[in-house]
Amino acid sequence: MTATGQPAAPPTDERLLRTSPLRKLLGRPELGSVVGAVAVFLFFALVADSFLQASSLGTVLYAASTIGIMAAPVALLMIGGEFDLSAGVMVTSSALISSMFSYQMTANVWVGVFVSLLVTLGFGAFNGFMLTRTKLPSFIITLGTFLMLTGLNLGFTKLISGTVSTKSIGNMEGFDSARKVFASYLTIGDVEFKVTILWWAALVAIATWILIRTRFGNWIFAVGGEADAARAVGVPVIRTRIGLYLGVAFAAWVSGQHLLFSYDVVQSGEGVGNELIYIIAAVIGGCLITGGYGSAIGSAVGAIIFGMTSKGIVYAEWNPDWFKYFLGAMLLLATLLNHWVRKRAEATT
Amino acid sequence: MTATQAPAPRDPAAPALVELDGVSKYYGNIKALENVSLEVHAGEISCVLGDNGAGKSTLIKIIAGLHRHDAGTFLIEGEEITLANPRDALDRGIATVYQDLAVVPLMPVWRNFFLGSEPTKGAGPFKRLDVRRMRETTRAELLRMGIDLRDVDQPIGTLSGGERQCVAIARAVYFGAKVLVLDEPTAALGVKQSGVVLKYVAAARDAGLGVVLITHNPHHAYLVGDRFVLLKRGAMSGSHTKDGVTLDELTRQMAGGSELDELSHELERAPSPGDPGVRPEGDETP
Repeated sequence: MTATGQPAAPPTDERLLRTSPLRKLLGRPELGSVVGAVAVFLFFALVADSFLQASSLGTVLYAASTIGIMAAPVALLMIGGEFDLSAGVMVTSSALISSMFSYQMTANVWVGVFVSLLVTLGFGAFNGFMLTRTKLPSFIITLGTFLMLTGLNLGFTKLISGTVSTKSIGNMEGFDSARKVFASYLTIGDVEFKVTILWWAALVAIATWILIRTRFGNWIFAVGGEADAARAVGVPVIRTRIGLYLGVAFAAWVSGQHLLFSYDVVQSGEGVGNELIYIIAAVIGGCLITGGYGSAIGSAVGAIIFGMTSKGIVYAEWNPDWFKYFLGAMLLLATLLNHWVRKRAEATT
Repeated sequence: MTATQAPAPRDPAAPALVELDGVSKYYGNIKALENVSLEVHAGEISCVLGDNGAGKSTLIKIIAGLHRHDAGTFLIEGEEITLANPRDALDRGIATVYQDLAVVPLMPVWRNFFLGSEPTKGAGPFKRLDVRRMRETTRAELLRMGIDLRDVDQPIGTLSGGERQCVAIARAVYFGAKVLVLDEPTAALGVKQSGVVLKYVAAARDAGLGVVLITHNPHHAYLVGDRFVLLKRGAMSGSHTKDGVTLDELTRQMAGGSELDELSHELERAPSPGDPGVRPEGDETP
């Protein structure tokens, strides 16, 4: 699970033996989440008969992917030391813009999809710009954009279509090809996999690459870990932060287009509360709430835990009302485990 | 100009690497720094001495490009400039090592070493960190400074304070700094670790760098310094070269001179049975 793929260490110091492979493993941010994921898997494998069926795999991964697509950039943002509470409703905004633009302009849906991308990136830029200009906590600024977007989603939709959902764009030009890209199925064997799983895998891979193999990734860690020190050695702190918000906005666009093209209408009240689930997935995956530490792979494991829990409860034929309880318990346990592991791993020898 | 003695440059033809002349800085109506002059030459250590609140931090922030000066002239190699930001200062060869801000504690040593100036290989979307080179260079450069790290992958926060300072100094030297600004490098360190850090400061000087050493310890300053500027309440209270001042004189001026006499006089009269030792603290307001 390390995914570092670092080149073999150059001629090693004999004192390096003191760092056992176990300790190296314990030092990985994802460790707590992997242990948690295995535990959740075993738990539902025991209590829910249908959990281990092949078809469940597709369902669980699909549920994980809808969260994971957002959790990856949210994890990067948190490593960079910031929050985005507007991420959940931004997904809905993105879907609404795409749908309503195409419908009102009677344009090819791809035009709406493209316009939606620009506007959603604009939301991200607004968050980043406000944060870096006002120097207020991102919690406050994105709480503001969260409420504003929630209001805009409902207000505009009712104003334009008269109801809380958009008009169907199912028979418009380009709908079928857009559905292929954002909401199709791939059948492998007799298991159906949603295309969002591919989007998710790609986003996690790109986020991991950026984080551990690029200059920008180095800056993300630095900005989240000690922004003043980063600025003092010449890291473009403002550019890094705005870039992180743009990443969240891009993923919100992908997620929003999936929301739209899964059906052909969008409910304007959706998405509220999801921002916390993204943050939970990132934190379960080992992101420090104070920034400077974490991984994108971890966010994916956090999303898998979410997928397994939300679907596992259904397979176990329990009342889904229990879901939030499990999610909360997972969050606490994973965070405690991460905390304990890091203390152990960082204890100087 | 309150300079009691104009320092004579070793090579009068070459302009100083950094020269501040009558520099002032105001925060609103507060005079943080007023009319301070300082010269930094290659292969020399200029010490800035002062108690808490004397304006040392403000001075360092101006040289490092974090703040802009409001009056006076700031010359880098004879050219008058106003630094826009820390990157600008770095590009002009001024590297600053802060007491607390030198490094990002949770990041591995090798990532810290190259932070802000990471080498890359490949092009376009495959442009990536040259990790092997970063690790090997970090290990080699630290070894050259005499720091033998067990593991360049350990978070830099696990190193001792002295080691962290040394990594930051090694980094500045490696990236071709011409001027090294050190903010209280020995303040939080024990005697032995202070010695280690001062040794690296001297090594940087011998490598031809101009060094600005900010400290409130005249003993440390006198050990390595070539020029001494004393700050007091934001103004310059003295400027000396090494042959123009003794350690005792420096300590006396630093400690507040006549104020110290007054304080000891006052303490003497107080009928306290306690320790009569007089400490040169508390004579400054921030």
